[in-house]
Amino acid sequence: MDIVVEHLTKRYGPQKAVDNVSFRVKAGEVLGFLGPNGAGKTTTMKAMACFIKPEEGDILVGGYSIHDHPEIIKKNIGYLAENNPLYQEMNIIDFLEFIAKIHGIPKYLIPERILDMIRTCGLEGEKHKLIGELSKGYQQRVGLAQALIHDPDILILDEPTTGLDPNQIVEIRELIKRIGKEKTVILSSHILAEVEATCDRILIINNGRIVVDGTAAELRKQAQGNEILKLGVQGGDIDHIFESLFEIETIDSIDIIDVDKQLFEIQSLPNTTSVKAIFDTCVRNNYYITELTPTEKKLEDIFRILTLH
Amino acid sequence: MKQILHIASRELSTFFDSLTAYVLIVIFLGFSGFFTWIYGADVFFVGQANLNTFFTVAYWSLFIFIPALTMRSIAGELKAGTLELLLTKPVSDWQLIFGKFLSTLLLIAIALAPTVIYYFTLWAIGPVDHSAILLGYVGLLLMSMVYISIGLLASCIASNPIIASLAALSIGIFFHIIFDVLASNFVGLIGSFFSYLSLSTHFESISRGVVDTKDLIYFFSLVFFCLFTSKMILSNRNL
Repeated sequence: MDIVVEHLTKRYGPQKAVDNVSFRVKAGEVLGFLGPNGAGKTTTMKAMACFIKPEEGDILVGGYSIHDHPEIIKKNIGYLAENNPLYQEMNIIDFLEFIAKIHGIPKYLIPERILDMIRTCGLEGEKHKLIGELSKGYQQRVGLAQALIHDPDILILDEPTTGLDPNQIVEIRELIKRIGKEKTVILSSHILAEVEATCDRILIINNGRIVVDGTAAELRKQAQGNEILKLGVQGGDIDHIFESLFEIETIDSIDIIDVDKQLFEIQSLPNTTSVKAIFDTCVRNNYYITELTPTEKKLEDIFRILTLH
Repeated sequence: MKQILHIASRELSTFFDSLTAYVLIVIFLGFSGFFTWIYGADVFFVGQANLNTFFTVAYWSLFIFIPALTMRSIAGELKAGTLELLLTKPVSDWQLIFGKFLSTLLLIAIALAPTVIYYFTLWAIGPVDHSAILLGYVGLLLMSMVYISIGLLASCIASNPIIASLAALSIGIFFHIIFDVLASNFVGLIGSFFSYLSLSTHFESISRGVVDTKDLIYFFSLVFFCLFTSKMILSNRNL
């Protein structure tokens, strides 16, 4: 099932939480929804899950509009809300049974589905406990189980790994990856590594608008631009080194990072590399290189550049 | 319809799991039993084989109990965030409201059920007006429906359960007593208007054993108005 978001706008009072956002998610895709806190991720996901109605715009899930056919859409999505609300006073099995009934799963299939979910989400040891007695990680698993119990085509997960320990994070990511092979998954996060590890496509949203739409590789490429090198040179006076480096044609700019250690940051002109020229210059002047590291922009930096202003 | 039953049965089991239901039933039966059989204007003091005392006690205690039962219905779900869980499942706003309504009504019916013993006891000791007693129960259920729907409305308006309970009580007290007091202070059209608004007028006429469509219209229109308004408030949520 495809999801088409068209000109979605949602206001809370005078503030626009989501401002004219449009995008499309193809069936079978795993989409990562990124953005700083308060960017509009949760609002967009709530609208997709038919919990809130946007003032303007529409979301089509498999061709059905959230305004006209929310009941059909709700049957086809599994939704894990941001802070994972659950009935704390129920035990896991009763709770899953209730959710299964609400989804209209035939009675004879319910025990099988519940067992299946308990196994998939690793809840075997805890299945008779009350939800309120579970640790946060296990509650998150129950949240995933309730989202998956009716075998939905689309899974919407709002920050599925918050509050989990590193092992659990890896487990949940593996689970999402496995699910993502068959289903459309939209997951939000503000942890870039997580999105990079699990998603086919990344959508960065800031102040209610989409700022980036692409794969992690594309994103890197787009933001990388010119070659940046961190260079340490010894064997001469820093001013002389600076001057002789400045004579290299492919170098665009040189910054001195550390005067004592004689460290420079060198930016080359677009589509050129200065590594060999630097080496040659040093040899000619009897300098020696203490350090030469290409500086690669991390996704974190790209994220910061795109979402700060 | 199935969704309504699923929601209602879950809600009902929550009432029993959290002991709310047991506390309610014990207090209700204790109160009504005490005043019907032991103390004050009890059956033996009145010397008539009717359950008027019981109905009066029930009329007042349900008025006080129901807001405590309904206060968490929507406000509690909203506070715990589970409203989002429920409404992103294939459940419409109407189904949720009706489910909540039905669960509380069922609980009231369960609390009333043991008092049928009073009726049989009375039957054994004197000639009873069967239809009056039967209609007394119908009246109690109708009245409960009104207060449950008012409680649901209050629970939709207020985001805090305590405020929801107080709001339900203060709306309820108009129908319970204030309109009645006003009716006795006015004459003519205004007086009869207030008298029509007062719940006790309609409750009394039913528990006397007279079913008038006017009374039924009163009860059902109030219930419908409150549930409809609740649904509208729920649908216009901006969370």
